[in-house]
Amino acid sequence: MSSALLELEDVTARYGPVIALHGISLSVGEGEAVAVLGANGAGKTTTLRAISGSVKRVGRITYAGKSIARSSPEATTRAGIAHVPEGRGTLTDLTVRENLRLGAYTRRDRSAIREDEGRVLGYFPRLQERRDQRAGTLSGGEQQMLALARALMLRPRLLLLDEPSLGLAPLVVAEIFRIVSELNEREGLAVLVVEQNAALALEASARAYVLEVGKVAVEGDSTALRRDDAVRRSYLGY
Amino acid sequence: MLLAFDWTQLAQQIVIGLSSGGVWATLAVALVLIYRSTGVVNFAQGEMAMFSTFIAWSLVHHGLSYWGAFFLTVALSFLGGVAVERVVIKPVERAPVLTVVIVTLGLFFLVSGAARWIWSPEVRSLPNAFSTRPIEIAGVAFSIQDLGTIAVSLGAVGLLWLFFRFTKLGLASRAAAVNPEATRLVGVRVSWMLALGWGLAAAMGAVSGMLTAPALASFDQNLMQPVLLYAFAGAVLGGLGSPLGAVVGSLLLGVLINLIGTYVDWVGTDLRLPVALAVILGVLLVKPTGLFGRAEVTRV
Repeated sequence: MSSALLELEDVTARYGPVIALHGISLSVGEGEAVAVLGANGAGKTTTLRAISGSVKRVGRITYAGKSIARSSPEATTRAGIAHVPEGRGTLTDLTVRENLRLGAYTRRDRSAIREDEGRVLGYFPRLQERRDQRAGTLSGGEQQMLALARALMLRPRLLLLDEPSLGLAPLVVAEIFRIVSELNEREGLAVLVVEQNAALALEASARAYVLEVGKVAVEGDSTALRRDDAVRRSYLGY
Repeated sequence: MLLAFDWTQLAQQIVIGLSSGGVWATLAVALVLIYRSTGVVNFAQGEMAMFSTFIAWSLVHHGLSYWGAFFLTVALSFLGGVAVERVVIKPVERAPVLTVVIVTLGLFFLVSGAARWIWSPEVRSLPNAFSTRPIEIAGVAFSIQDLGTIAVSLGAVGLLWLFFRFTKLGLASRAAAVNPEATRLVGVRVSWMLALGWGLAAAMGAVSGMLTAPALASFDQNLMQPVLLYAFAGAVLGGLGSPLGAVVGSLLLGVLINLIGTYVDWVGTDLRLPVALAVILGVLLVKPTGLFGRAEVTRV
């Protein structure tokens, strides 16, 4: 295994009185693609929110050798973690290009940002066509692509993807996963993806964690998990 | 009796209307700024503008020129607005809208009271910002004061527009107003964007106050209360969520009210405020989103 880029150790988190994570430990290696699976309410989204700092958490979280357990979302973003949130976080009033420019908000290298805008739009021809349109007028699939494109404008080292398939047509989902895999393989981008669609996520990842009520129930190689009928039947439901 | 319609008078009255509408527009834009980011109408906006105007008066009183005091006051008001947000609004940032509304009402009394405590209740005046001579354009005499007021208020609004449209910080504050959660995730300090909005609103309010005062023979601490009402009416007419709407709405309202006051005998100058209130009521009944507002349409 490659050296861990991200490491969570016994992380707990709660929303008011409701405990969402009961001590989660997981790791993502440099350039590795990892999936987090599980039913609704298992704590998948909260795991990502705990990493980016969108929810208060307790426990050890190290990223690139430094603790980020007390970092705010602004700080984790500056450190190179791009979080594509549940519901895509589209900035509806802004145009596609303004959304992209905002993705590079923490960067200072102007000319490289312009280059990246072209490169990122190259991955998403549909967005290229609609670059001056208001983001609120895009279709669901296009908004998901925009969310991904905006995250890439950060030049992240680690991408946190929350249910990219939610509410989208299978063809669009396949396209999004194809792009994510390409970024992972070609550009060495580490990816931690949360998914309900287990089959798809296992195919796109090297390793996976299955969560159950706020705890890691199973972990292992994605290919092994795919072949394990017991795991499939009891946790993944397909 | 009136034999021929007096076009000269109409042109003059329209310019006078645009001049008061311009002043209201600067305050209306301040209201819209806060409404978009904080989600409430800041009832204290007028009082904050009045406070700024008193600061300007003090500066002039200590020997500064009108324009020296003008720019210094705009800068001080910006800082004051930021401070007000940090101290008073930040603690209730995540509270329900009603809580924030009550806080702005409290702020109204706080600022109003502070101005009465600091500055004695005598009447005062600000020097004229522009020459009081008339200027003749195409055979019609206009007051330089009115034209200058229109230019300064539209200039201030225009600068603000440039900031939001073309700077990175402006883009980030627009984003923060639309979707604060997602905006935090691109690394923007959303909480500071709110403070920035309050600072800019206070600065716009200061412009409004400092344009209002010189046109009056004298003013006291009640200076901005009618202006706030007109600005609110203008903003509602244009659509509370739209800065452009607030400007157009205020200008329209200024012209409308001035023409009604001139040509409808029984309205005169006494019934101008009720006309503004009627506009608010009418817009809310007929088209609640105003001229430029749009009902939020989202696709899933």
